[in-house]
Amino acid sequence: MSWIKARPYVMIFPAILVFTLFFLYPIGYMIFLSFHDWNFVSPVKEFVGFSNFTSLMEDAKFLQVLRNTFMYSGLTVFLTISISLLLALWLNKKGAMYGMVQGAIFSPHIISLVSISMLWMWIMDTDYGLLNWFLGLFGITNIPWLTDPKTSLLSLIIVAVWKGIGYYTLIFIAGLQSIPRDIYEAAALDDTNRIRTFFKLTLPMLSPTLFFLTIIGLIGSFQVFETISIMTKGGPINSTNTIVYYIYENGFRFFKIGYASTAGVILLLIIGIFTVFYFKLLGRKVHYQ
Amino acid sequence: MKKNPFWKVINGIGLLLLICIFALPFVWMISTSFKTLGETMTFPPNWIPNQLLWENFSKAWNSGPFLKYFLNSTIVSVGILILQFATIIPAAYAFARYRFKGNNFFFGVTMVTLMIPTQLIFLPVYLQMSAFGLLDSLWGLILPFASSAFGIFLLRQSFKQVPEELLEAARLDQASEWKIIIKIMVPMAKPVLITFAMFSFIAHWNDYFWPLVMTTTEASRTLPLGIAKLREVDGGVAWNILMAGNLILVIPILIIFFFGQRQIIRAFVYTGVK
Repeated sequence: MSWIKARPYVMIFPAILVFTLFFLYPIGYMIFLSFHDWNFVSPVKEFVGFSNFTSLMEDAKFLQVLRNTFMYSGLTVFLTISISLLLALWLNKKGAMYGMVQGAIFSPHIISLVSISMLWMWIMDTDYGLLNWFLGLFGITNIPWLTDPKTSLLSLIIVAVWKGIGYYTLIFIAGLQSIPRDIYEAAALDDTNRIRTFFKLTLPMLSPTLFFLTIIGLIGSFQVFETISIMTKGGPINSTNTIVYYIYENGFRFFKIGYASTAGVILLLIIGIFTVFYFKLLGRKVHYQ
Repeated sequence: MKKNPFWKVINGIGLLLLICIFALPFVWMISTSFKTLGETMTFPPNWIPNQLLWENFSKAWNSGPFLKYFLNSTIVSVGILILQFATIIPAAYAFARYRFKGNNFFFGVTMVTLMIPTQLIFLPVYLQMSAFGLLDSLWGLILPFASSAFGIFLLRQSFKQVPEELLEAARLDQASEWKIIIKIMVPMAKPVLITFAMFSFIAHWNDYFWPLVMTTTEASRTLPLGIAKLREVDGGVAWNILMAGNLILVIPILIIFFFGQRQIIRAFVYTGVK
């Protein structure tokens, strides 16, 4: 083979090698392990068929983990998107003040989740936390945010929404700015009121952005780990245990590699379904813009 | 709505409130990091510390091998960036500019990788690293990210936009392909490269998950792990020391953000929209 012919392959080789070694092969290996029983030390990986899957599906703890994950993701994405959309409509203006506000609400997005988690642990501290002090001004007494199973998942959702809002808002603003001006002028001529304009014009025009953020948000939330690992360690009584933390616990604390891999395959399937769904609908929506 | 002074005031108050919701937690972090342990537990809280206790920072820094953490974080983030540039530039060029058998297939493989989050595959990669003997080494933190599907995707787009005539002219001048990449392609894609570099650096500087999974000793731990460990010192949590430690982690990023706010926001929003 001549150099000219070989050249493109040489150029893509390093990248493809990295992808194969660290992304594609591990996926295959994980699927392989999900059909085996292995404790990480033993030289034998015993083939067990689908038994990991069936026992996971009967495991009350795993079912709770799934419920927690969906609850967390659904609420986080719903709240983040609703609030961000309202903020985007409000903040989509020129001027130094608006620039500053946009910068401020975006800033948590680039801060390490370690610091975000610890800062909020401190703010949500039952006795000396800022949040309970603030609520105390309105007569609401000490809420054990992170230590009560009734509020722990909600607390993590609050942190996720706080961190995510700025990013979502700015993407919505970018979406709003890409809507052609003349459409609004036509609506203004027709004397359409603001709320009607929003539902009949803005929202449909924003639907690709809305859709993109929903899917990206859900896929991202399904993988939540850092805040849980630092703030609650999955507790109290598993109220904040979600899939990735569950995989981590089973793999690194209980050394149930097969079990952990099976949970990983289930997460892969969930993410896969959402990804395929996204591209299917995206294909249909392309002519939209 | 704009003309009514009443609404103007309401609007202004709303904007201020919004800034408070996002800025006050950080102000609180800074304030706590200068307090004595006793002062962190006063109620109602003090926004301005009675005295500035700078020694909290040295206490945090000296509670572990923080210089080591700091160096490791720097080596890992910068190392990843260098390797990413070295692998994504040629790959993006080949995908954008050459017709070859399997172009679509390999680009498809790249796009599939883009969909696979590291949170999903850490367990098999961990087992693999342990087989390679790379566990608990900086290589284990760098190599999995030595290329970036996302980077290739972004760069391929911008390489495609370079007019073919420019390349033809360069080839007539006997310029090698290597020279074309360095002298024409890279300069033209500079904004995208800078965007990607910021995105990648911030992500890996902040990363807690991957180092947590892949390291077992101080020798290869990074700054976020060191900070997270501050919590596990003695019995009760010393919030003042903890916040001082976190400030060490946050300040560099906040300073970069302060000066490069426009570029960074554009980097994240652009990469989100595309």
